[in-house]
Amino acid sequence: MLSFENVGLRYGVSPETLRDITFEIAPHSFQFLTGPSGAGKTTLMRLIIMALKPTRGIINIFGKDTERLNQEEVTATRRGIGIVFQDFRLLDHLTLYENVALPLQVQGREESSYRAEVTELLRWVGLGERVTAPPSVLSGGEKQRAAIARALISRPKLLLADEPTGNVDPTMARRILRLFVELHKSGTAVIIATHDLTLMDQYDEARRLVLADGRLHIFE
Amino acid sequence: MLDFMRDLLAPNRPRLMIKPDSAYSIKTPLVPANSVAGRSLVMVIAIMTFLAALTAGAATLISDASIDWRGEAASEASIQLRPTKGRDIEADLESAANIAAKTRGVASVKIYSKADSEGLLSPWLGQGLDLQELPVPRMIVLKLDIKARPDLSKLGVEIVSAVPGASLDDHHIFISRLGDMARAATMISLFIFILVVIALGIAVASATRAAVATNREIVEVLHLVGATDRFIAREFRRRFFSLGLSGAVLGGGGAILFFAGIKLLSNSWRATAGGDQTEALFGDFTLSLTGYGVVLLLIACVAGLTGYLSQQIVFRHLQQLNE
Repeated sequence: MLSFENVGLRYGVSPETLRDITFEIAPHSFQFLTGPSGAGKTTLMRLIIMALKPTRGIINIFGKDTERLNQEEVTATRRGIGIVFQDFRLLDHLTLYENVALPLQVQGREESSYRAEVTELLRWVGLGERVTAPPSVLSGGEKQRAAIARALISRPKLLLADEPTGNVDPTMARRILRLFVELHKSGTAVIIATHDLTLMDQYDEARRLVLADGRLHIFE
Repeated sequence: MLDFMRDLLAPNRPRLMIKPDSAYSIKTPLVPANSVAGRSLVMVIAIMTFLAALTAGAATLISDASIDWRGEAASEASIQLRPTKGRDIEADLESAANIAAKTRGVASVKIYSKADSEGLLSPWLGQGLDLQELPVPRMIVLKLDIKARPDLSKLGVEIVSAVPGASLDDHHIFISRLGDMARAATMISLFIFILVVIALGIAVASATRAAVATNREIVEVLHLVGATDRFIAREFRRRFFSLGLSGAVLGGGGAILFFAGIKLLSNSWRATAGGDQTEALFGDFTLSLTGYGVVLLLIACVAGLTGYLSQQIVFRHLQQLNE
């Protein structure tokens, strides 16, 4: 599903932020991506969603070399990936409903074909009464759930979550983790970037990808 | 796939009455209204459209007036008879009038009396001057039926050969000069119009670039959730089209009111000498239906141009970012 082969990334003339990164993500797999703050977890996520280009190496996503993709193919590939940003990246001028519907709206689908799906998903994540609220009035946990709903609405094959429990209390963190585990069981490959050891200890069946000093260490 | 989520994430949340799905819909534009320098851009577009509409309206007025002038001038011709020693000018006038009256396309012939001819000179020579001793030329005015295509060249030759000292003026030099003047006025209007449109384009381009910079984060989120460059550019076009339409309606509407106001004012000038001169030059300041049509077309073009320009600029900008 996803593979990195000797991938390196440097900004300008500075030393490489990521060095010789090689790993594979299998379909229906679950992994934590961890490491100290500033180790490059978010950078690695950005390489996966093609928001950054590697300085060297090969990245294959869904069987395609990202270097050879044209802009339309990059967009089509991104539509197979759901992402939960560390800072949510909800659009403050849109309602919760509009934020969650965004990945389907940008595909040019008729609203009538997904309206029920969006409201249903919002109810499922416990935001059924906040459908028309703007993100600015939501709590951190509510924003987190809205961001998760937005990432899931297009039923992605791969879900990336960057510090998804960073803004919620331990109880909500456990619930969010269980949600990701259930998603994984229903067939979605999941990568969670976190430095929360407690969270990782709650699901020890997951693979751990540890970033340190720009290199990746894999613990099966 | 998602049946488990509600209980996982909000197990104890009380269930409230929830609206039916049909109550929700996407209403907010993806490019926020307040992220574009909307009010100032609308004002700039309104002023530019107003100026462009004035220019187009003025060109239409001059063009319509020139058509009237040329129509009037072409429907008349005049025979001038200079007094010649030893000839009876009254008899010559009669014979020239007879030749003219028999020509195809000449609807009527009027011989100006000596007093009428002298009256034509009074604006230049003043009143109360005794012109008895001066060889004042005499005039015959011919009303023409243009549809019957009178052969004025042939008539001119016949008049000159039959009546010594006579000449035919078919006003072609005057008509030609009027045509040149109308064309020059139209070209100047077109030039000003083009300058205004270029200035409008520059203002829209600058506002679009500023809007893209302000909405950089929104653009990035849209990209990451799977929006194409074309989709994002279309969203900007929608926003700018709406701003362009507001400004164009304001400016074009202002121009229509301006012309209506000038028409009302011209009615009050009409009784004065200056008013008569102005009316003779520009007609009665009534913008024709074509003129109003041009202003309405201009409003649609400005709105369309604003949307199109912004879409192209955003699209190119995003393409450059991808390289």
